[in-house]
Amino acid sequence: MSVNEKIAIEHGLKSDEYKKICKLLKRTPNITELGIFSAMWNEHCSYKSSRIHLKKLHTKGKKVIQGPGENAGVIDIEDGDAIVFKIESHNHPSFIEPYQGAATGVGGIMRDVFTMGARPIANLNSIHFGSTQNKKTKNLLRGVVHGIGGYGNCMGVPTIAGQTSFDRSYNGNILVNAMTLGLVKKDKIFYSKAAGLNKPVIYVGSKTGRDGIHGASMASASFDEKIEEKKPTVQVGDPFTEKLLLEACLELMSGDSIIAIQDMGAAGLTSSSIEMASKGNLGIEINLNKVPCRETKMTPYEIMLSESQERMLIVLESGKEEIAKKIFDKWNLDFAVIGKTTNTKNIQLFFDNKQVANIPVNTLVENSPMYDRKWKKSKLPKKNKINKTIFKSLKIKDTLKKILSSPNVCSKEWIWQQYDHTVMGDTIQKPGGDSGVVRIHKTDKAIAATVDSSATYCWAHPLTGGKQVVCETWRNLISVGAKPIAVTNCLNFGSPEKEENMGEFVECVQGISEACKYLDYPVVSGNVSFYNETKDIGIKPTPTIGGVGLIKNYKKMITMDFKEIDNIVLVIGKTEGHIDQSLLSRIILNENNGPPPEVNLFNEKNNGLTLLNLIEKNFIKSAHDVSLGGIITAISKMCIKGNKGIQIKKPKFLINEIEYFFAEDQGRYLIEINPKNLEEVSKILDKNSVHYDEVGKIIDKEMIIDQKTKLTIDELKSCNTNWLKSYMV
Amino acid sequence: MKSSVITFPGSNCDRDMDVALTKFGFKNKMVWHNDKELPKSDLIVLPGGFSYGDYLRCGSMASKSKIMHSVINFAKSGGLVMGICNGFQILVESGLVPGVLLRNKYLQFICKNVHVKVENKDNTFFKNLDKKVLEFHIAHNEGNYFCTNDQLKEIEDNNQIAIYYCDQNGNTNDQINPNGSIKNIAGIFNKEKNVLGMMPHPERMIDESLSGEDGSIFFKNLLNNIK
Repeated sequence: MSVNEKIAIEHGLKSDEYKKICKLLKRTPNITELGIFSAMWNEHCSYKSSRIHLKKLHTKGKKVIQGPGENAGVIDIEDGDAIVFKIESHNHPSFIEPYQGAATGVGGIMRDVFTMGARPIANLNSIHFGSTQNKKTKNLLRGVVHGIGGYGNCMGVPTIAGQTSFDRSYNGNILVNAMTLGLVKKDKIFYSKAAGLNKPVIYVGSKTGRDGIHGASMASASFDEKIEEKKPTVQVGDPFTEKLLLEACLELMSGDSIIAIQDMGAAGLTSSSIEMASKGNLGIEINLNKVPCRETKMTPYEIMLSESQERMLIVLESGKEEIAKKIFDKWNLDFAVIGKTTNTKNIQLFFDNKQVANIPVNTLVENSPMYDRKWKKSKLPKKNKINKTIFKSLKIKDTLKKILSSPNVCSKEWIWQQYDHTVMGDTIQKPGGDSGVVRIHKTDKAIAATVDSSATYCWAHPLTGGKQVVCETWRNLISVGAKPIAVTNCLNFGSPEKEENMGEFVECVQGISEACKYLDYPVVSGNVSFYNETKDIGIKPTPTIGGVGLIKNYKKMITMDFKEIDNIVLVIGKTEGHIDQSLLSRIILNENNGPPPEVNLFNEKNNGLTLLNLIEKNFIKSAHDVSLGGIITAISKMCIKGNKGIQIKKPKFLINEIEYFFAEDQGRYLIEINPKNLEEVSKILDKNSVHYDEVGKIIDKEMIIDQKTKLTIDELKSCNTNWLKSYMV
Repeated sequence: MKSSVITFPGSNCDRDMDVALTKFGFKNKMVWHNDKELPKSDLIVLPGGFSYGDYLRCGSMASKSKIMHSVINFAKSGGLVMGICNGFQILVESGLVPGVLLRNKYLQFICKNVHVKVENKDNTFFKNLDKKVLEFHIAHNEGNYFCTNDQLKEIEDNNQIAIYYCDQNGNTNDQINPNGSIKNIAGIFNKEKNVLGMMPHPERMIDESLSGEDGSIFFKNLLNNIK
């Protein structure tokens, strides 16, 4: 088949991109070469619209061993240990085929982590669905949860935390973001940079099939009514093979056979071989007849573009083939020497003794298109003038019940009980807390991890929203007593070709960068997912941040459940009464406009570090950050978890009760302390200029706001826990 | 006391079991599924996981692996064998304990703490245990125990039911049944009571920072009984 512009456009390339390819090659590419270019130059692999802005992210820090650009980021957690982690999207495939889409998302991110030599120790996920009224939502949610569980449970890696939200803007594009953390010794980290000439290039893992061909291109386009036809582009996962691959790779990595290793993820054999060659400034020669295939008569084009899962590409030290083969034989995995490194700086492919592709590696990587797309700056919306008489008509009790049972606040137990969260025997904080926490096996250390996003705030004002998400994860880590170290980001947006969407992206990235820099909380890995839109309707901007922190002595970990009757509860951080974009505003007052709560980075850092100091001094019995639904929602969750009540002290200052209880001002935490420590704690808070108010005293089994407003813990619990279960029946 | 934990391809609780056994004083060895011979052991454990991916009936592939011949001979000569979760499924498939394990009633994987009532203490696994109700942890997709009426009668006549799902006070009823098991059965013995298969994971309950500590009680007691 001879290639022309029409065929190039069918491959998702633009007309001028095709012209550029012909110019770089000084000839017309053949079909295999065109396939390779289309796979490398699509948005998903090339980051052509985002690269220019991603450079602005704050990525440096004392604890950073490896920042963005590798399979995953790596941070130092002392004693020679390091944590490898990354988050990645699998949005498009999950909408088309929820089980396999979500499952292979989990499989892919785990491979990114163990490719670097780390044993995965925890999984997290952030999943977003359309309105609960939408007829597709239930099936998509069920499929995605089964898929995540199906893969992670079989791998024997605990899923320790996550986030689930529902919003109309995801009706046509759900989001599935999966995150994995792995543990590695600092001096045993593996990278993807090939080195040395004539070194054997090894293919290991599953056989190559016709599944997932053009998966990465599919993920770089919007959906229309023909999406069902794209089902064959979704990969099929086999967690059992991945478990074997994990064990076999770690076994091989314990020796000194590997020069470079790269998993075959998006764009399969194409991107993995080119990545390794590009980083090593080398060429690679592959004999495609040697690639283990699952199906007969696969063409070079299909072999290069297949996204079959559970495969790895390794550059070995010469002469180590037998040692490596023995290990993969033991684990019943395919092992084939398929090529070698060369000094040509080209990728050369051979099939049936003929050369079928010969492309300079730099044309695919450094010369890939980069766009500085037009974008529109957003203005901070005007504040709503809410008529205070409306507040008088609201009953706190009814409002609280509505919020506790609303889809985005209710307990997600139905979801996380389907994930094995205790395997590996080190999970010391399960899902449902502010962060998941796992111990570093056989040490006193523990790692806390959390994942968060706030599409509503980002949609209202991307710059503030971007900052807010970073701060939210920072607070989640502090609340369990962990020192925040670094983040990974998954940037889910609409089409970059639309100025509004591009503007949302640029400004969210700016917000993320500002917050990360101020908090010394760098971005070490991540991915970008554009074109989350169907028939021109895009999602709300949804940057997802995964935060990771260290607890030096796991016995000092904090949980959110109220511990002891008569203890005092304080709120740290000032409550100004910001209602716009709050849950109260959106689901009770039906008001969707207005600015998100302001993010004050100074207070954020100061409040957080002061709380860590109080935790270090053993003053804190329980803690929880204040987020969606305000103080009263946060208190309710602490009551439910601890099965204890609270006698609430009304605010002294001039702020309406409703505003006080439901406002979503940032930088706040609730803490429980013993009354005998109140003086000491106050002193520390005052000394650090941290604002605080006393909220109440812990009592038995009842929340008492005033004589007329009382709720039993069972009432709170049934509101919070029943909604999702009954929805999913 | 010596123990051996078998690793099948796809086992994923083998390390956890090794940690637990070692913590409570067993000298534990890991044994590869493709080995023929078992090391000298006082206890053999088949751990949880997804042996061979469980793509066929759970445990059926593993029950045919090389080492299982030795495990079956060991059990038949009176040696102590314990199968947890996937290990229980392997025991069922190899015929060492009666019945089958079906998919959970609500067709979902389930991971949570449960209470179990220890019914029969006249055996090496539970002898001298001073608690009647233990808090254990389950994590499985196929733990719905089923057998024929004739089998059930035989099992009951021989006191082969080891543990039942119950509430914290030891009451067994449908509401507390997490997976639809017949009679709330969570674990079962062979006729001779030297083979125990159970769905709950005691190895996940071995220190105060984890889901609970009743696993510690179980392992300490087991070690004392074997001594």
